[in-house]
Amino acid sequence: MENSVHLHYDVDGDDFTRAGEASSDVKHKLKKLNVPADAIRRIAIAMYEGEINMVVHANGGVIDVYIYADKLTMILNDVGPGIQDVSLAIQEGWSTASPEVRELGFGAGMGLPNMKRSSDEMNIETEVGVGTKITMTVYY
Amino acid sequence: MKVGEIRTLLGATLLTEEVEEIMEHVIKNAYASDLMSEVLANTHENDVLITGLNNMQVIRTSEMMDIPLIIFVRGKKPSEEMVRMAQMKGICVLASSQSMFNCCGILYEAGIRGGTGYGE
Repeated sequence: MENSVHLHYDVDGDDFTRAGEASSDVKHKLKKLNVPADAIRRIAIAMYEGEINMVVHANGGVIDVYIYADKLTMILNDVGPGIQDVSLAIQEGWSTASPEVRELGFGAGMGLPNMKRSSDEMNIETEVGVGTKITMTVYY
Repeated sequence: MKVGEIRTLLGATLLTEEVEEIMEHVIKNAYASDLMSEVLANTHENDVLITGLNNMQVIRTSEMMDIPLIIFVRGKKPSEEMVRMAQMKGICVLASSQSMFNCCGILYEAGIRGGTGYGE
């Protein structure tokens, strides 16, 4: 992609305590680039929820972030179980998370809705047993 | 209300370093939850987070939401790693032996407010 800064992150699926490191790094870099605070906030929420999802549902994955002058696009790729019914999954309150995940403060069926609300565009490509690719764009 | 005053009112222990700039920081609003997705959906910059959840994602969530102060309730003691991370991110951490209800009540009485109109 032209005229963009590309950042690549490998998200470790085994360590819940480290989930969010990639989002933290992106947030830090966007502040340095003087991206408006409201946009940084929306990007941080969307990416962090995506990162958490990767760790708790898909045993990790990769995130590619493309920073342009007027927008940011992030592509989250995993080889997890896939989403059986996307229309259900983006409904608030619907979750397949385990009780363990709920005890960690997530898994209330708010991840995808938070991602959708925080981004200007969101596209989900998923296949059961193959994986999930989520592309989100935030304009600023 | 200043962070330092909140500490005194709650009789809470300060776990991060006592930096004057942080203790003088003025807080007007708070959000109380053990569910981080709710925090990500509903908090505003500069809100205090009152929580009984005790893991690293409390610090990460606060970082994402620009939360300057976390109050751990019900006697929860965050790990050294969590406190170190908070310190690094400029987030102040207090620990209180009071219940979440009591912490919220004490702060409300002192003029701190939560948001309204959720789900409308």
